[in-house]
Formats: sequence, C-alpha cells, structure tokens
Amino acid sequence: MSRCEYIPANIAIAEGAMAAGLSFFAGYPITPASDLFEYLAEKLPERGGVVVQFEDEIGSINAVIGAAWAGAKAMTATSGPGFSLMVEGLGLAIMTETPLVLVDVMRAGPSTGVPTKTTQSDVYQVRFAAHGEYSVPVLVPWSAQEAFDLAVKAFNIAEALRTPVILLTDAALAHTWERVEIKGHDEIEIVKRRPPCNPPEKFKLYEPCKDLAPRMAYFGEGYGILVESLAHDEEGYYSPNTEAYERLVRRLVAKIERNSHLIADNEEYLTRGAEYVIYAYGSTARSAYAVVKELRREGLRVGLFRPRALWPFDAEGLKKATESAKKVFVVENNLGKMVREVERVLKNKEVIPINVIDLEVPPPDKISEEIRRWL
Amino acid sequence: MSAHPLDKYLVTKRLPHIWCPGCGIGVALAAILRAIDRRVREGALKPENLVMVTGIGCTARAAIYVSFDSAHTIHGRAIPFASGAKLANPKLEVMVLGGDGDIAGIGGNHLLHAARRNMDLTVFMITNMVYAMTGGQVAPTTPTGMYTTTTPKGNPETPVNVIKLVAYQGANYVARASTTHPALIERYTYRALGMEGFRFIEIISPCPEIFGRHIGFRDPVELYEEIKKKSKYKPKPSLEESDLDWERGWVLGEFIERNEPGYLKRIGRV
Ligand SMILES: Cc1ncc(C[n+]2csc(CCOP(=O)(O)OP(=O)(O)O)c2C)c(N)n1
Repeated sequence: MSRCEYIPANIAIAEGAMAAGLSFFAGYPITPASDLFEYLAEKLPERGGVVVQFEDEIGSINAVIGAAWAGAKAMTATSGPGFSLMVEGLGLAIMTETPLVLVDVMRAGPSTGVPTKTTQSDVYQVRFAAHGEYSVPVLVPWSAQEAFDLAVKAFNIAEALRTPVILLTDAALAHTWERVEIKGHDEIEIVKRRPPCNPPEKFKLYEPCKDLAPRMAYFGEGYGILVESLAHDEEGYYSPNTEAYERLVRRLVAKIERNSHLIADNEEYLTRGAEYVIYAYGSTARSAYAVVKELRREGLRVGLFRPRALWPFDAEGLKKATESAKKVFVVENNLGKMVREVERVLKNKEVIPINVIDLEVPPPDKISEEIRRWL
Repeated sequence: MSAHPLDKYLVTKRLPHIWCPGCGIGVALAAILRAIDRRVREGALKPENLVMVTGIGCTARAAIYVSFDSAHTIHGRAIPFASGAKLANPKLEVMVLGGDGDIAGIGGNHLLHAARRNMDLTVFMITNMVYAMTGGQVAPTTPTGMYTTTTPKGNPETPVNVIKLVAYQGANYVARASTTHPALIERYTYRALGMEGFRFIEIISPCPEIFGRHIGFRDPVELYEEIKKKSKYKPKPSLEESDLDWERGWVLGEFIERNEPGYLKRIGRV
C-alpha cells in the first residue's frame, strides 16, 4: 500500500531501496549522507535486513560486495571523501559484475571542502575515478520523489545488468523536505536477478546472455563460483592474453552502453521548436526550470533538457531535444563538467557553459543573469 | 591415476599452482582442506556452504584453486568482503586466507575491527615475513634488521605481533601454527571450524624464493630447517610468549580459546 510522507531525498532513497528489497547496508558516517544510514539503521532490521557501520568506506563497499554475492540486495551511501575511498571497491564490483547500489551525496570539495553544503563537482569522479576500462550507470534525481523512484530503478538496473549503479544526489536535495509517495513493494516493478540456467558443472559465471549481462549464482547454492578480480574468461579463469582481456573489457563497457535504453531517461520541458535549450540536472535543474518559465514569460523560446541519468551519456536523446536550438546552455553548480560531453555530442551547435558555483543551489536570478548575456 | 582424497575440494584442471617449489602455502592449504574434510565427513559442514575469501598476493591465489565457492578480491579487503557475505547469509562457513601484508598490513584495520566485533569468520594469515608476490619488499612481520628490497640497509621497524593484537580485541580463538608442523594447522583449523565468533590462525610459512634467497638461504630445505628449528610447540602458551622473534624463535600453540557470542548472535541473526 502506498502512503505519502513529507521527507527529504536521503530518507526517500532509504524508502525506495527498502521498497526494492534492500536487505544489506554497510556504511561509514559522512555528512551529508549520514541520516540516510541512520534511518536505515532503525528501519531495515525491522524488516529482517542487516545494517552495519564498518571501520571505513573501504570496509563498507567491500562488505556490500560480499553481501551481494551471498544473495543480498545491498547498498552503501557516502559523499566525496568516502567515495574516494570506495573507488577500488567500485572497480572490484565492476570487474566481478556485482549488483549493488552506491549512493553518493555530493558536497563541496576537493578534500574536506564544505561538508554541509552542495555543489555538483563530483559528476566525473563517480564515472571515471576507478582504473581500467568500464562504464557505470549514474542516476541523478532532482526531487525527493524522484530520489525514491530512482532508488528503485537503480536496483532494477543493477539486477538486470549485474552491475554496480550509482545514485547521485547532493547536499541540497538530501535535506530538502518534500511530499513523497512511498509505494509498497508490490506496487513497483522489481527486476529479479537472473539465476543460472545450467547445472553447476556447466554453469559459467561470466558467460553473457544475449544482452551481454551474465546470469548469477550466489555463495551457498552449490555452484562452486569464483568471484575473480583478475581479468578472466567466461569461467572466471585468469587470462593475461590480449584476446580474452579485450573480449572482457569490451563486453563490460558494451553491457552498459548498449543497454542504455534501460538507463537513459530525460525530462524535456518545452524543447520542441525551442531556440534555446538549457541542459541541467539534479538540484540545479530546479532553478533552471524556473529560468525557463521566466524567459518564456518574456516570449523567448527556451526549453529545458533534464537527464535523469548522467551516464551513460544519452547523446541521441540530447541531439533530438536540441534539434531546433541555436544555443545550448549547460547550467551546472561546478566549473564546467558535463558541458564537455554536451560539446562533444553537439559539435555544430553553440554550447555555452553556465557555471554558477553556489553552496546552496544556484538561484534562478544568478543563472538567468548569465544566460541573458548570450541572448 | 587415482584421485587424491582432497581432489574434490580442488579445481584440479587449474593445477599446477603458481607457488614456487619449497613454498609453504600449498602445505597450509592442504592441511586446511584436511580439516574441512573431517568436518564434512562428520556431517558438521556442508561443502556448498563453504566460502573462501582472499585478497591479493601469493597466498590469496588459493581462492582460485578451491572447488567450493570462493572470491579472489582486492589487496587487504578480504575480511570486510567476507563479513558482508557472512552477515547476508549466516548459514555460510566463511574463511579468509591471506598473506601477512594482505591481512596485517594493508588490511590491518579491518583485522582489528573484525576481531573486536568477534565477527563469525575464520581468518588464516600466512606469515612468510615478506611481500612475496611483489618481489620481496618489507612486510609488517619482517624481522628487525633484515634485508628486503625496500629496506636495503635492514628493516628499522619492529614486527607486529598479530597474535596479541587479535587476542586483545576479544577474538574467540587465536592460534599459531607453522607449515613445518602441518598436523597443528589441521588440528587448529578443525577446532576453529567448530566455533563461532572471530577465529584467527597464524601460519608461519617459508618463502624460499623471495624471502630465503634474499637473506642468504641458498636452498629451500635450509630455510625449512631454520623455520622448523625456530618453531616451538607449547600447549596453552601465554600471550607473553607470543612474540615473533627471528633470533629467539616463536611459540606455536593455542593462545586464546573463548566462547563469547559471535557478532551474528549479538545482532540477533542466529
Ligand atoms: C592496493 C594495492 N596495492 C598494492 C598491490 C600490489 N601487491 C600485490 S600483492 C602485494 C603484497 C603481497 O604480500 P602478502 O600480502 O604478504 O602476500 P604474499 O604474496 O607474501 O603471500 C602487493 C603489495 C595491490 N595489488 N593492490
């Protein structure tokens, strides 16, 4: 049964994860993600789940990976400094194709930065910080309701593609209280992990199905699985030859990129026939939306393109939404990050970075002031 | 060729293993498997519930040779990975096997806290006193004064006494064995597998190729004899006797045996 509550995004994510079937959470306290952890510490054990505070974020992410291999739907949550510590573990999850959800609540960096305030400066960190070849889905809600919905979606992608998924929010969203419809477990679509279709002696843990994602057996099911961090063949055997390595990393990347229809999802507001399109995501998109309305009132044909997934980058979606646009403004609460992707994709268009650093959320008037210079 | 009785616990098609002639890791693994086999034959353990989690290093490669569920993860992180697996499914019998660098160096913080939690795991640490896989750098267990490739003038540091470290945190079982005494490894493993909480077994093991050769032992047998000579078994030794001292040798035995509730019990999971 669904119910409505007045909660911030951190709590909405916790509720979304529980609705999706979360059974294991490991974490380490960090502002602005701690209250998500604290909320689960109270609620998840009541539902039979486990919540543990580990000695650091390294321990947390590795425990989450171990729990996933024991059959759990597992999650951790952190912010920039903690994400930095989790990066090697994230690489392990990618290499071993472990389904899990990693929530990253952005604050202001580098280093300890401004722990309690927001920016959007980690949109590259979450996508590129680990070493080696990979691709990883990154979802970016702009409201508490969407935080709930995307938490469910994050688990579904993780299970469908046997991959870690990053749910990226920020300090502003984390603590902005809003009305959220909390749907029950039976009211949402749940994607199940694909079990082996072969007996143990024939089952290969890394053999892809048609969609490039492999099936999964857990510890304790009698399959004698090997979770392997070394580059491996379909059976999980270490293989230092170019052919097997290339096959593996091409598949790891293609598994995400070719299934982007499961991930990509954009909200478009008045983009059809628009002369100007604003590209914005997360909390900043809320102000960008206000700017679009303001400029529309003045008769300017402005639209908003708001991706709900930053990565993989939905080039086709963006191209379509900006077909009529003369100028594309990329509004970010950082010194210019996703704008590089937008420029790469829209080579023949004028792409203008609008970088408004604001530790709260960039207010509409600061954004429109910048944009007006180009109109 | 008739099968070895332990073959069922190994992925025999992946043999021969990578360990050098004279290395103790295979001896340790065989003794651990014998203890597992005894528990299985007694009906106390189901092979499908066994999980071996390792990090990275020569020792950690053991995970790729066992036929039951295993994970070969990243350097130093086997203990939290294993903790997550055990917490998610308490039925599993989760073991960690690692080198002294893996467990007590880069993974030292996880070791400390898993022991403090009395996490329901059995951790085996192979003490070869060197970083073997990477070619002979100083380990947290390297004796003071000894040459390694990163302490060419001799190790200025004091080796860690992991027995005390783990014992003082409240682990349920703390023992030290040596690959020169495989029967002890088997006995301690057998015992550990019947317990709850955190169980820690240090296994002294010769690394003739990377450790022995660098300090002047020309032949694996020489190093083996030296380690055998330095290893003295004692029933019920005290923690005061647990130092790892290259000059005076070290004591093998069961330092701690307690029956405190393991972590799962403490959080009401069993
Ligand atoms: C994060 C990280 N740092 C360094 C390494 C390189 N490395 C691989 S094994 C190893 C140490 C091996 O020593 P030990 O853990 O004692 O195991 P042994 O090989 O002696 O069994 C190191 C430093 C790594 N794999 N990952």
